[in-house]
Amino acid sequence: MLKISDLHVGLTADNNVKILKGIDLDVPSGEVHAIMGPNGGGKSTFANVLMGRPDYQITTGTIEFKGESILDLPPDARAHLGIFMAFQYPVEIPGVRPFQFLKAALDSRADATGQKKLSAREFTKRFDEKVVQVGINANLIKRSLNEGFSGGEKKRNEILQLEILQPVLAIMDETDSGLDVDALKIVAEGVNSQRSPDRSFLIVTHYQRLLNYIKPDRVHILVDGKIVETGGPELAVKVEKSGYKEYLT
Amino acid sequence: MINKNNTISRKSELSNKDYKWGFSTDVETELAPKGLSEDIVRLISSKKKEPDWLLEWRLKAFRHWVDLEDKDMEPNWARVQYPRMDFQDIYYYAAPVSKKDKAPNSMEEVDPEMLEAFEKLGIPLNEREKLAGVAVDAVFDSVSIATTFGEKLSEMGIIFCSFTEATQKHPELVKKYLGSVVPYTDNFYASLNSAVFSDGSFAYIPPGVKCPMELMTYFRINTEGSGQFERTLIIADKGSYVSYLEGCTAPMRKTSQLHAAVVELVALDDSEIKYSTIQNWFPGTKDGEGGVYNFVTKRGRAESSAKISWTQVETGSAITWKYPSVILKGDNSVGEFFSVALANNHQQADTGTKMIHIGRNTKSTIVSKGISAGKGSNTYRGGVQIMPTAENATNHTQCDSLLIGDQCGAHTVPYIQVRNPSAKLEHEASTSKVSDDQLFYLMSRGLSEEEAHHMIITGWSRDVIKELPFEFAIEASQLLKVSLEGAVG
Repeated sequence: MLKISDLHVGLTADNNVKILKGIDLDVPSGEVHAIMGPNGGGKSTFANVLMGRPDYQITTGTIEFKGESILDLPPDARAHLGIFMAFQYPVEIPGVRPFQFLKAALDSRADATGQKKLSAREFTKRFDEKVVQVGINANLIKRSLNEGFSGGEKKRNEILQLEILQPVLAIMDETDSGLDVDALKIVAEGVNSQRSPDRSFLIVTHYQRLLNYIKPDRVHILVDGKIVETGGPELAVKVEKSGYKEYLT
Repeated sequence: MINKNNTISRKSELSNKDYKWGFSTDVETELAPKGLSEDIVRLISSKKKEPDWLLEWRLKAFRHWVDLEDKDMEPNWARVQYPRMDFQDIYYYAAPVSKKDKAPNSMEEVDPEMLEAFEKLGIPLNEREKLAGVAVDAVFDSVSIATTFGEKLSEMGIIFCSFTEATQKHPELVKKYLGSVVPYTDNFYASLNSAVFSDGSFAYIPPGVKCPMELMTYFRINTEGSGQFERTLIIADKGSYVSYLEGCTAPMRKTSQLHAAVVELVALDDSEIKYSTIQNWFPGTKDGEGGVYNFVTKRGRAESSAKISWTQVETGSAITWKYPSVILKGDNSVGEFFSVALANNHQQADTGTKMIHIGRNTKSTIVSKGISAGKGSNTYRGGVQIMPTAENATNHTQCDSLLIGDQCGAHTVPYIQVRNPSAKLEHEASTSKVSDDQLFYLMSRGLSEEEAHHMIITGWSRDVIKELPFEFAIEASQLLKVSLEGAVG
């Protein structure tokens, strides 16, 4: 599904700032991989680079999605391929209602991939169901996108989008930070319910606690722009106990 | 001598695709010679078979305007720049000529080419109209073509017709209210309009009647080098309600066209007038050639417990000079102004409102959103006046500016004058840009860069757009999109 080789990334604005220093990663279809690591190690940058954020520049390396390079694709084209990122800090967009926004997002993807668009009725049904499932306050969701949402509500809204857009590769960028246990369970349920042989997840997190609810197939430790260790779920338990100290020099 | 049969046919000559409404229509047009004189004023009045008092009123306005012109009193305080206008190089009267050489009495008599033009404009002037629930008065150049739904409205005692028809059929109403809100001495352009106005719309809603449909006028300038000077007068009698819509387009011309309209609203006790405008006059080419000079005076007077609400989406015109205002004369009266003004390429907009509080417990709300792109310049100019009599008046003003690109400008010029210590005023202002974070967020969900921009901008304008009637709101959102094409990305 996702294959990354020797990925080096710096800031677009300042080429001297290097953040990722040679990442190799292979996420097969249907697997859940966790990226863990200390703050400042490059986890969020990695997630954003996969989604195509223009602030970062790839100096060398490749990113292949289903065997095709996506390096030259803008974020919308990546979304059309089925890549999704749940944001660590979802931005507020005044006056844009989540309903309208998600309908437009689905329509754009349908246009790009030649699929049939959902009718307004079909979409409303799906939207309403998912709003209940994710447990978002129905009044809140009528407001502007993320405006006036609490931290937890913003994260739930990301899960709502995940549920509605049904991506093939979902990147969860610290979706668990700042969440109480209930919200954490919602996020976990969102991921678990969508696990399928055709869908992969990349879960970026600082803490192990989300992984109590989502069992990853592989865990990677990202420190100073490099993956320094890879293992099974037990690796997450280990770093939870002893921290990242042993990796820091 | 004035040649009354100076008839000129015109061919369309269009290439620029950017302005979707930029077709011109090849109908025979009757033009009075260029230039302005007492004779022209008399000609216009006689063409319209006006009563003597109206001709006298026009002539007084004309003499006043000549005086202002002599004293060089054309307003120059707005933040707009344009070459000095030659008022003698403009056609002041242009009427489409019907084959029977008279004003059309029914739809069958309207020139088919003109109907086609309205089709292109998307104005359904036929049975479909009833489904849309909009009564349309279409003003093509200077003559009102057809008013749909006249019968249905007249059963309720509602009068909705062209201004000319009103002067003939309802002279007592016209005489009573014409110039009662915007006197002919009001300002340079209002004086000019009072002298030469050719047609426009008239509406009267009787006491206690709620007008069951939106009344709409579609204005279009077609003849090259012609000015358009409509006069609109709307009277809501006691306890009545009306929602009125105004739409504007013009074909593309290399030379600039003058549009100097006057709109007067009279809201008697306990009545409400909602006036919505989508202004999409030709904005000029990308290089700033041509375009409409839109110098418009719009004002309403609200009597006791009456409400006047102006909503405007301004995407067109090379120059916009326009301040729809409310005189809050009666106690407990309410004035509102909701505006989105867009200035792209070389467009210049200087627009805003005046709220003049005279009565007690009067309340006004101003929400102004200015979008600047390209080399556009956008100025909000607002005046809030609290008179000594206006006990417990309140005003809330919100002015937001959005900048796209690095060559445009946004300016905010609020004047506030408070002469009663019980007044409460709030003023909020903000200036922002479309942020990269917002764009990335929307694009990561599959929206293209242009779609993302459009969504952010219409969202930002939503407080104003939601005030528009539904069909108009969709059109407004589309217009913002079309007007900004090429400005983003």
